[in-house]
Amino acid sequence: MGKERDNMFLDVKGLSISYGDIRAVQNVNFYMEKGELISIIGANGAGKTTIINSLMGLVPVQSGTIIFKGQDITKMPAHKRARIGIRIVPERSRVFPRLTVYENLLTGMYGMKNKVSPEKSILQLYEIFPILKERKNQLASTLSGGEQQQLAIARALVSEPELLLVDEVSTGLMPKLTQEVFSVLETLNKEHQLTILLVEQNAFVSLEISTRGYVLETGQCVLEGPATFLMDNTRIKEVYLGH
Amino acid sequence: MITIGTLIAIQAIAVCGLNVIVGYAGQISLGHAAFFGIGAYTAALFATKAGLSFWASLPIVIAISALIGLLLGLPSIRVREDFLAITTIGINFIVEAIFRYVPFFGGALGIGGIPKIAFYGVRLKGISFFILCLVFLFLVIGLCYWLKKSWASLACYAIREEEQAASTLGISPVKFKLLAFVIGTAIAGIGGSLYAHYMQFISAGDFSFPISVGFLSMLVLGGMGTLWGPVLGTLILGILPEIFRPLVDYRILLYTILLLIMIRFQPGGLLGEGSAMRRIFEPLLRVKR
Ligand SMILES: Nc1ncnc2c1ncn2[C@@H]1O[C@H](COP(=O)(O)OP(=O)(O)O)[C@@H](O)[C@H]1O
Ligand SMILES: [Mg+2]
Repeated sequence: MGKERDNMFLDVKGLSISYGDIRAVQNVNFYMEKGELISIIGANGAGKTTIINSLMGLVPVQSGTIIFKGQDITKMPAHKRARIGIRIVPERSRVFPRLTVYENLLTGMYGMKNKVSPEKSILQLYEIFPILKERKNQLASTLSGGEQQQLAIARALVSEPELLLVDEVSTGLMPKLTQEVFSVLETLNKEHQLTILLVEQNAFVSLEISTRGYVLETGQCVLEGPATFLMDNTRIKEVYLGH
Repeated sequence: MITIGTLIAIQAIAVCGLNVIVGYAGQISLGHAAFFGIGAYTAALFATKAGLSFWASLPIVIAISALIGLLLGLPSIRVREDFLAITTIGINFIVEAIFRYVPFFGGALGIGGIPKIAFYGVRLKGISFFILCLVFLFLVIGLCYWLKKSWASLACYAIREEEQAASTLGISPVKFKLLAFVIGTAIAGIGGSLYAHYMQFISAGDFSFPISVGFLSMLVLGGMGTLWGPVLGTLILGILPEIFRPLVDYRILLYTILLLIMIRFQPGGLLGEGSAMRRIFEPLLRVKR
């Protein structure tokens, strides 16, 4: 295709991952440019979580390479990736239930590159997520599912990451809340130039705010292209959008 | 009475150290008596062979306990949790065997003639030694309070709660577990030093595996991860055998049964979250916040 891939923000080549005998991801290739918002969509069990966890360093890569800002991070441990600006909003949010909202946000401060005052960074987040400010002294376990998702996003954002990995943020959310959370992600991408990788079963909402997308089926990438192209694709319409 | 109180205070210090390892960082340790012993033997050797006072040797004792904690902790912490229990038991037996069989450490006879502690020229004994131990206990509790409140504790908490999630926040699990291990062993070393100078005679048996089980029982009874749990647990298990004399012979059985009962029915301990004691005292604690 002649695409210049030497100075990509994120470049994943030939990624394969297995759990014992189960081949979860097979030879997946994708890239991201700085400031992009892209989606990897696929049905349950397609390998989305596996891919995103491998980017964070939570599952070992069997073969292939992950290059982040020119640096090979394929074998780097998770906490070091967090420190060079990669943060994850994990599947089902997984905030610390017995810490307050504020304390949960503080845990996000830990591995920061440039230490801004915690208060300042958290205050900015309260503007984006007003509900968290209201609930700041409440235990995270007392939050609703949607609020916990917002907290998980905010916790990932405290350290001002460069790449945000978001795993199925729409799971378990009511459609209205899903829209809200996605519009926050869109704002973060458009106004704060945050590079975001979404993995979603909910193809429609995520493609709507994405520039490009990849379609994953049983661990393999079967289709890729601009979001508008994917949304028009008849196969996608049938399988994911329910048309 | 004073003797019991002093020994309880000294043990409580060691249990506070164990609390940093087990309660704060969530790592099981069944060899804590070894580090208590390392502190005691270091102090005893410096006192008897080099003529150093308790005060002069204290920084060295802390440093050596911490260093050995670091060296032994480094490989231990990387193993899986259930292995860690076995590894620390192994450490306990090895350390005890070294004390028992290496002549430098007094061999089977142990080390005797350790002087009492002097404070501005006054030799501390009886109540004054007890007070000294209480002062150290409060200093250690102060340190634990600070650890609980600091950032590091939030990181420790995150690791204990969910190691993987913590690592995605930039927290290095290995680093923090090791830090907790080292702080915990250093605190045990302080307790050991006080123990050596109080007993004036120590031998390998004082730091055997059953003692480690005792420490862990005290901690689990009082409440892992709580500030005052270690003190309460040590107090109860320290006094109980004194009241019911026959229990002394069955101490280890008592500890083990207690450990199992607590883990089954009240894993948070007497002062743990959601415990009956906690519910009674909670209103009081609230005010202080
Ligand atoms: N820890 C694991 N152990 C074994 N198999 C796993 C594990 N995690 C996921 N898998 C398998 O890998 C495949 C991809 O899973 P996953 O990445 O979670 O998919 P998705 O997030 O798209 O639903 C599935 O077949 C799943 O059963
Ligand atoms: Mg998934």
